Amino acid sequence: MTDATPHGLPITVTDVIKQFGRFAALRGVTAEFDSGRFHAILGDNGAGKTTLLRALAGLAQPTRGKISIFGKTPKDACQEIGYMAHPSLLYDEMSGMENLRYFAGLYGIRGDARCVEVIRAVGLDPELTRPVGQYSQGMRQRMSLARAILHDPKILLLDEPFSNVDVHSAREMVRLLKSMRDAGKTIFLVTHQAFLLEGVADEFVWMEAGQIVSRTANIPANLADRRGGVQ
Amino acid sequence: MISLWAVMLATLKKDIRLEWRSKDALNAMLFFSLLVVVIFAFAFDPLAEESRQIVGGLIWVAFLFAAVVALNQTWARELRNQVLDAYRVSPAPANALFLAKALGNFIFVSVLEALMAPLFVVFYNLHVLGPAWQLIPIAILGTWALVVNGTFFAAMSLRTRSREIMLPLLLFPISIPAVLGMVAGTTAVLTGDNPAHFWIVLLLTYDVVFTTACLALFETVLHAE
Amino acid sequence: MKRLFPILSIITAILLAYALYQALVVAPTDALQGDVYRIIYYHVPSAWTAFLLFLINFIASVVYLIRRNQKADMIALVSAEVGVVFCTVVLVTGPLWARPVWGIWWAPGDIRLTSTLVLWLIYVSYLVLRRFSSGSQTQMLAAALAVFGALDVPLVYFSIWFFRTQHPQPVIGGGGSMDPRMLHVLLLSWLAWLCFGFLVCWSRYRLEVLHREVEEAHAMQSLAGGAPAKASLPLDRGSR
Repeated sequence: MTDATPHGLPITVTDVIKQFGRFAALRGVTAEFDSGRFHAILGDNGAGKTTLLRALAGLAQPTRGKISIFGKTPKDACQEIGYMAHPSLLYDEMSGMENLRYFAGLYGIRGDARCVEVIRAVGLDPELTRPVGQYSQGMRQRMSLARAILHDPKILLLDEPFSNVDVHSAREMVRLLKSMRDAGKTIFLVTHQAFLLEGVADEFVWMEAGQIVSRTANIPANLADRRGGVQ
Repeated sequence: MISLWAVMLATLKKDIRLEWRSKDALNAMLFFSLLVVVIFAFAFDPLAEESRQIVGGLIWVAFLFAAVVALNQTWARELRNQVLDAYRVSPAPANALFLAKALGNFIFVSVLEALMAPLFVVFYNLHVLGPAWQLIPIAILGTWALVVNGTFFAAMSLRTRSREIMLPLLLFPISIPAVLGMVAGTTAVLTGDNPAHFWIVLLLTYDVVFTTACLALFETVLHAE
Repeated sequence: MKRLFPILSIITAILLAYALYQALVVAPTDALQGDVYRIIYYHVPSAWTAFLLFLINFIASVVYLIRRNQKADMIALVSAEVGVVFCTVVLVTGPLWARPVWGIWWAPGDIRLTSTLVLWLIYVSYLVLRRFSSGSQTQMLAAALAVFGALDVPLVYFSIWFFRTQHPQPVIGGGGSMDPRMLHVLLLSWLAWLCFGFLVCWSRYRLEVLHREVEEAHAMQSLAGGAPAKASLPLDRGSR
């Protein structure tokens, strides 16, 4: 048993197997993650990172095994989970503010104040009336992040948020995430750009072929050379 | 607690606003409805005596085609950018989404019907010989019957190949009693030969049964991977 | 269990042959229709068998929705497939019977034939859904559709019934009582076709079991990361 973490119950994954027909995306993942920490999840394509994240979010039901988030199933903990993926999960035809107003309604949040606050927090302008479909990728990902943190979730699940994003936007997001972790949030971030998280993430989890292979406090050596520019 | 009513209204308003903004799609649908009526008028000679007997059926078949085209678009906006995932992950009740989509479709299809019906009256020189007011419950109940199952099967089709053919393929067999009810009821009112009461009760029963079934099973369908 | 199959096959073959003999030779000729009516010994048992199979499908689908039991899903699939075959027989023999006797191929107001047609359509769409959907949720979606179909059946029946009272139509298949000798042959035919249906279902079920075991083996292989699959595999993996 781990020591009691300062921020409450951990996130536990117990012998999770996820099969899609003949293909096993997760092949027996068992791990315990401290809350209030920044966990970077790395690995080659097809390693199972996205599947693991989706399982944590409650979007993928494990074929076998259990996931417990703060002692509850992912579905029961949905108020405490914020999810973000490579697709923006936003309506292209509405402006950022309109999008957030709608999603705020899904979480029972009234009024515009919170929407304005999170849009500013990701470095965007709440007054912008341009539809999200016309944003640059960087802006779109930042708005997607705003949507994910709208309801002030305790745990953030981010799947390749920096894909095709300019370095400036990426660093903005990392700065915000760092401050959120410092405020006690738990963050799981899947990325191919580990260098962005150097000095920020508390641990780097390396996945291969559907299993967790290693967990280190620093960037794994084989990735340390992949720097600079967007992958 | 997240209110089903509030989420439903918010979703409905959002959908109407988005539909209104993309007027292209709206106009295309309206023009399509007009075309359907014109094709029918050519195919079933409005002057022939037989046409007047079957015009109840013609109207509803035309409505059915228009409804299917509209229903296929139900989840189109949610599919782009995987917006449905945002919904699945939130605490909002799934049935709020379903009801909002079904009501949105109901409104949209009703607008199409409101356009097509006068055209039928004009082309076929329709007089209503029975109690005309009965056409209103028939239209409302009949449209809801198509739309409630159509919205549900559109969601089921999201996980299938050939999504657009899958929807009518699933919808038509199940809708047969409702279609019979709509057609027979409309014909009864138009010709004044028979009372339409049974058909109205049948449609009401159909609507209650299947609205309940959809509400009971939608959450499971929404979360299907 | 494996011994039972050949024994049942022989019994069924004998029953079918005997029923055929009874139907074509022994049963009395109908006063009104002549010998054409004998198709009833094929048409009606097929209908009853189809309805029974669809009922089994409904029950199995409900069990699956509640328990997510794999056996229930397999029974649902098998009963739907074989049910559709029997239903097709009904729809083909119906018009074949109607044409020489009543002069028409089809009567939309005929409750039984039209209800059967709708049932056939619903279950064909069920099979198409199973074929066209991918992912682990196929079974759940199909079970939901089966429930919808079952809810639809009484509505279909009543709508056509009322339509007929408003628009009197010829009734194919006649009504009224039946000569007890004919009834006897009819029930015998049904027994024979029921056995046949059961055998076909059983074969199909075994085939499906094998198919799923192969899929399991592949999945296990993938899980083990390329290691050879284990010899014996439990089929029902329980809830997760």
